Amino acid sequence: MSLLSVEDLVVRHGLLQAVRGVSFSIERGETLALVGANGAGKTTLLRAIAGAHQPAAGRVLLDGADLTNVPSHRRVGMGIALVPEGRKLFVQMTVEENLLLGRTAGRPGEWSVDRVLDMFPNLKPRRHAKTGHLSGGEQQATAIGRALMSNPEVLLLDEVSLGLSPLIVDRVYAALQGLIASGTTIILVEQDLNRALAVSDRVICMLEGRVALEGPSKAVSRDQVTKAYFGLHRKSPGSVPA
Amino acid sequence: MSNQIIQGILLGGYYALIACGLSFMFSVMRIINLAHGSLAVFAAFALWWLASRFHIPPFVGLLIVLPLMAAIGWALQRFLLERSARGGALLPILTTFGLAIVIDNMLFEQFGADTRSLAPYIGSLSYDSWEWPGSIYVGKLAVIMFATAVILLGGLQLFLTRTRLGRSIRATSEDPDTAGLVGVDARRANAIAASIAMVTVGLAGAFLGMRATFDPYAGAPQLLFAFEAAVIGGAGSLWGTLVGGIVLALAQTLGAQVHPQGFLIGGHAVFLVVLFVRLSTSGLGLRGLLRLPSRSAS
Repeated sequence: MSLLSVEDLVVRHGLLQAVRGVSFSIERGETLALVGANGAGKTTLLRAIAGAHQPAAGRVLLDGADLTNVPSHRRVGMGIALVPEGRKLFVQMTVEENLLLGRTAGRPGEWSVDRVLDMFPNLKPRRHAKTGHLSGGEQQATAIGRALMSNPEVLLLDEVSLGLSPLIVDRVYAALQGLIASGTTIILVEQDLNRALAVSDRVICMLEGRVALEGPSKAVSRDQVTKAYFGLHRKSPGSVPA
Repeated sequence: MSNQIIQGILLGGYYALIACGLSFMFSVMRIINLAHGSLAVFAAFALWWLASRFHIPPFVGLLIVLPLMAAIGWALQRFLLERSARGGALLPILTTFGLAIVIDNMLFEQFGADTRSLAPYIGSLSYDSWEWPGSIYVGKLAVIMFATAVILLGGLQLFLTRTRLGRSIRATSEDPDTAGLVGVDARRANAIAASIAMVTVGLAGAFLGMRATFDPYAGAPQLLFAFEAAVIGGAGSLWGTLVGGIVLALAQTLGAQVHPQGFLIGGHAVFLVVLFVRLSTSGLGLRGLLRLPSRSAS
């Protein structure tokens, strides 16, 4: 059985249908990359999996259990952790306090403040600094660490490279490689296609709320993804209803 | 003079105590509770009722009233504030204003217009004093109140910074949506915060009843003092609340020294001065406020 599966998920923001009947599943230990243009529904999809948005239709299943009526804070306890877009740290609180908050759900596991600091050594001297005063890279490291502190089964990463310098992004991805190698199940949203294809086992390209392309990252060519990204794979783009 | 200052500081402890719940609720739940004073008077009436009807001394009665206040706080958040908060920022304020009117009139209906006090039930504590060096006499009750305020504010500060539940409450106040995503039950955190606030209101009500008299409509002045102390101390800062209470009380004591009727005026004057200084340093000065219409017209 798949660890996490999404079945015909529909999510609306008022009248806007951001996710229109998306289905996929992910096996334990797999890394799935979600790519797509701005507004394709990637962030909404991740937030719906994490429980921050109620779907209008469809289901999210974790280990076969239906999560539809489970609020976000209990999903963390069941093993779903989201690193939200824009990091969303508690800026009035210190790095350590943010990390400790990640442990609120109380899932047993091996992650601790010290282990997160070992993974991101640049946070060590900032342990007691308020996160509002940190650099973008340090904030991103704290946000990832906070999610890891809940000892998740599935880690959802939403644009972890957003607003970071290329050098810092390299560092963040080096840390992620360690996680991937250790068998953590990851769904990541990434704008940088090369990076997305390099770290993932499988890639899903979203277009206007739907899955436009799905395939193993090794087998999918950059060209195919680009076409799906812009909707060029359709036979007659003009006649397809939006 | 030093006598006035010491008495003023001790009175500040009482103001800090009544401002504590208001400041706590504002800082962690972003709710200005206009029923604050009425709820304190309600607690005082509950203690008075237990004492006069069942001969339970007020300090023992707190063992019953404080859990009751906690339960009221929980229910208030779950059934009233949480729902009204969905209607925008103004609605919770109006809700608590309405609640204050309901509580005041229910107390009036139940207990009548008579002025009550808990002083008869605490024996000599209501008038006993200690003599400090320099033949300064300080009331035992005033010292107990001040110590309670320091312990309560310090305890809350430690609770918020050092415990898991305290961190959850702070996270919820900063960003309830993200708090949910890291595993915090935001509804529960808010309900617990409201319970804690109401327990401090219960304590404030007890000391209000012991140090002075109260009647069903005594809530409004208490709210005013609490509000002034909280604003002077910087709304939302717990230690600031203690400083605010002391500054307010000192201003009142010194005001009374200047003129027999200067007690309240002294407090209000300091409150207004602090308010205008705050506004002008935050770029929203009196001048800015006055200039605003002409600027929008041009």
